[in-house]
Amino acid sequence: MSDAITVRDLRKTFGATVALDGLDLTVAEGEVHGFLGPNGAGKSTTLRALLGLLRPDAGTTTVLGHDPWGDATALHRLLAYVPGDVVLWPTLSGGETIDLLGRLRGGMDEDRRRRLVERFDLDERKKGKAYSKGNRQKVALVAALAADVPLLVLDEPTAGLDPLMEQVFQEELDAARAAGRTVLLSSHILSEVERACDRVSIVRSGRVVDSGSLEDLRRLTRTRVRATLERAPSAAEVTGWPGVADVVLEGDHLSCAVDAAHLGDLVGELSRRGVGGLTVQPPTLEELFLARYEPDGAGAVR
Amino acid sequence: MSEVARLRGLTGTGELLRLAWRRDRVLVPVSVAGLVVLAVGSARATLAVYPDDAAAAGALADLVANPAVVALYGPLGSQTADALAVFKTVLMGALLTSVLAVVVVRRHTRSEEDEGRLELLGAGVVGRQAPLAAALVLAVGAVLAASALAGAGLAAVGLDPRGSLAFGVSWATAGLAGTGVAALAVQVASTTRGAGGLAFGALGAGYLLRAAGDAVPVTSAAHALGWLSPLGWAGRVEPYGADRVALLLPGVAVLVAGAVAAVAVLARRDLGGGLLPARRGPRRAGALLSGPLGLVVRLATGTVTGWVLGLLVAGAVVGSLLGSVGDLTENREVQRVLEQLGGSAGGVEDIYLATETKFAGFAAAVAGIGLVLRLAAAERSGLAEAVLATPTARGRWYGAHVAAGVVLPALLMAVLGSVVGVVGPRSSDAAPGFGPTLGAALAVLPAVWVLVAVGAVLAGSSARLAPATWGVALVAFVVGELGPTMGLPSGLVDASPFAHLSQLPGGTFAALEAAVLVALAAALVGAGAVAYRRRDVA
Ligand SMILES: Nc1ncnc2c1ncn2[C@@H]1O[C@H](COP(=O)(O)OP(=O)(O)OP(=O)(O)O)[C@@H](O)[C@H]1O
Ligand SMILES: [Mg+2]
Repeated sequence: MSDAITVRDLRKTFGATVALDGLDLTVAEGEVHGFLGPNGAGKSTTLRALLGLLRPDAGTTTVLGHDPWGDATALHRLLAYVPGDVVLWPTLSGGETIDLLGRLRGGMDEDRRRRLVERFDLDERKKGKAYSKGNRQKVALVAALAADVPLLVLDEPTAGLDPLMEQVFQEELDAARAAGRTVLLSSHILSEVERACDRVSIVRSGRVVDSGSLEDLRRLTRTRVRATLERAPSAAEVTGWPGVADVVLEGDHLSCAVDAAHLGDLVGELSRRGVGGLTVQPPTLEELFLARYEPDGAGAVR
Repeated sequence: MSEVARLRGLTGTGELLRLAWRRDRVLVPVSVAGLVVLAVGSARATLAVYPDDAAAAGALADLVANPAVVALYGPLGSQTADALAVFKTVLMGALLTSVLAVVVVRRHTRSEEDEGRLELLGAGVVGRQAPLAAALVLAVGAVLAASALAGAGLAAVGLDPRGSLAFGVSWATAGLAGTGVAALAVQVASTTRGAGGLAFGALGAGYLLRAAGDAVPVTSAAHALGWLSPLGWAGRVEPYGADRVALLLPGVAVLVAGAVAAVAVLARRDLGGGLLPARRGPRRAGALLSGPLGLVVRLATGTVTGWVLGLLVAGAVVGSLLGSVGDLTENREVQRVLEQLGGSAGGVEDIYLATETKFAGFAAAVAGIGLVLRLAAAERSGLAEAVLATPTARGRWYGAHVAAGVVLPALLMAVLGSVVGVVGPRSSDAAPGFGPTLGAALAVLPAVWVLVAVGAVLAGSSARLAPATWGVALVAFVVGELGPTMGLPSGLVDASPFAHLSQLPGGTFAALEAAVLVALAAALVGAGAVAYRRRDVA
């Protein structure tokens, strides 16, 4: 499988703000790729650079074989985009907006359009000004998903959608994957990412700090181990064991974190000291991401 | 509503006022200073030519008697040099003061609401009426500052103090009434553009009403039309003559009535809504919505219709007043004054038409700039991002806005020229024919296009800089049209594209100067296109 998107050492500053600080990103063709990170990390900026809306200060970017800055028009025939802040023309109806964006894009799949409007339960005759946040989002989603294009770039596409519509969106994402389309999905909703994405990249302060499947990320995140021991070691001793951190020792109760690669070693050490009780807790999804969102990157093992 | 609840509705007004002042700390002082300079500068220049009443007498005698001139500039206060010194700035300044009031009120109420910022504030400790109250306080402050400073400035350069006070009252009357009208308009309409349409439409209607009222003798029944318009009151204060300072009261009354009505509407409507209900649209897009130009045209349809109607009416008024211009005898002095105002070639009818045509040209430039600047507005709102993420090339998106901004003024001037060309000859035998009239209207386009092109290059370079176009346009027009009467140095006057227009009808068409202006406009548009393709748009 070749790559749909490759970004190398992308840099972008706005005045004194460094938005992108040497960002690398690879998205394989046909995969649904999650793009995560704390507020202001540079997700939207990256997507805008991928679309050629922003001119990067440095770095190379290739999207479906095109250079987005030099070759935007040709590239845009191949993709559909849902911006992070969806705005609609106040005086155009939702139906008109969908048609307009479709025509600007050079046509769309009429059947799919009809089906999407129905599934998202969209009132096409309301004017842009009159839509609620979630309904504005639906207009943008229908316009993007109805496009017959190999790449979808979605910036927090489900912001404001109710759970029912979120479900519909998930199914449409599955359909897009089944059709072999590539999706780059920026999101703050972890369950959505877990369910939909083949791989994720986590960006913080303008750099990708981790990239891989959720399994990979789990493996890189420490598991919490709690044990009651018959012959408790000293805290210093435990800290010396490979891959162990965050040690708390109270009497014969030990609590510590260990990275996945050394879990077996730790359990071996513990059993030698007579285990009275043992719980091993793999990282939750929240822990997985929070560890990487925090500025000092505590908890992520690299 | 209890007293406490009433007060709670105003909670946070002080905070908002500080915020509004911070945003407007350039706009308001610069506009006020511009207005004051307009009044004081042109008074000084006139006094330099006509130092005393005797010197002015010749120019005054026939000028006041002419209905067409009075229709354009309002009545003359008296047969004195002082009255002549402010003849052109009483009503024009009153109109501009009203425009400033509308702009300030709209910026801090409906525009904020349109962009969702009021929602953010409204959820905090800000009362429901507070944004309106803060906007009104700021607008009234701006109006009073302009009026007081202009009056004081006139007294300082040696004009009669009592008349100078009346001059300030004249501007204040119009400005306060404009504030009241704007207060109501921003509550009734549900969009920024709609509110502008209502408020500026009301100002335009007020101007035409008083033009009709002032054009006929005081004894005529139609003279009463002028009393229906705040701009009519402003003119009929007649500074340096009748000095009717009591006319400030109806101005204040309109302000109070507008504010009370606005509060009543505000209590009944939803945030983001208006009184006029939102209609539903079609399910599918029509054929027009197929490309960037179609989109721009579709979004501008309402605005364009309004402008065309406005210039149709203006053309009819200008054309039908042509007959009364002829009543003006071939008086040398009058001719000299009119030459200063506008044309310099041909008969009185020609000079009158040349002046009116240039004023209409400025209106057409405002319309064209409004369309071009939508390029920047779309960028700020995020709509440009949606369009430019499709295969629409930046050059086409830019070009669509420029094309609209170039074509609309041409359409408007063609409408004006045609209407005047048809109506004029019916009202006066000496009126220029259809061809020369239409030609004269179209001949101002090169200067208009230069201003539109300034909008294009600024919007192309930076969405944030784009609104500066309004300042450039206003200065270019005032300097080019009124600069000679204000006694500005010719080097400065020549910097305005309006200073390089041929005197038409009556004169000869200066093809070379027109070609240079068009080439300059094209170069600016080209520079804007280059800038727009090379920068971030998001
Ligand atoms: N046009 C701009 N001008 C100035 N600064 C900008 C601009 N766009 C983004 N930034 C800054 O760049 C940084 C990255 O912003 P970006 O919008 O890419 O973040 P994000 O990851 O999308 O955040 P969120 O999760 O809140 O959407 C922020 O510090 C932001 O303030
Ligand atoms: Mg974002």
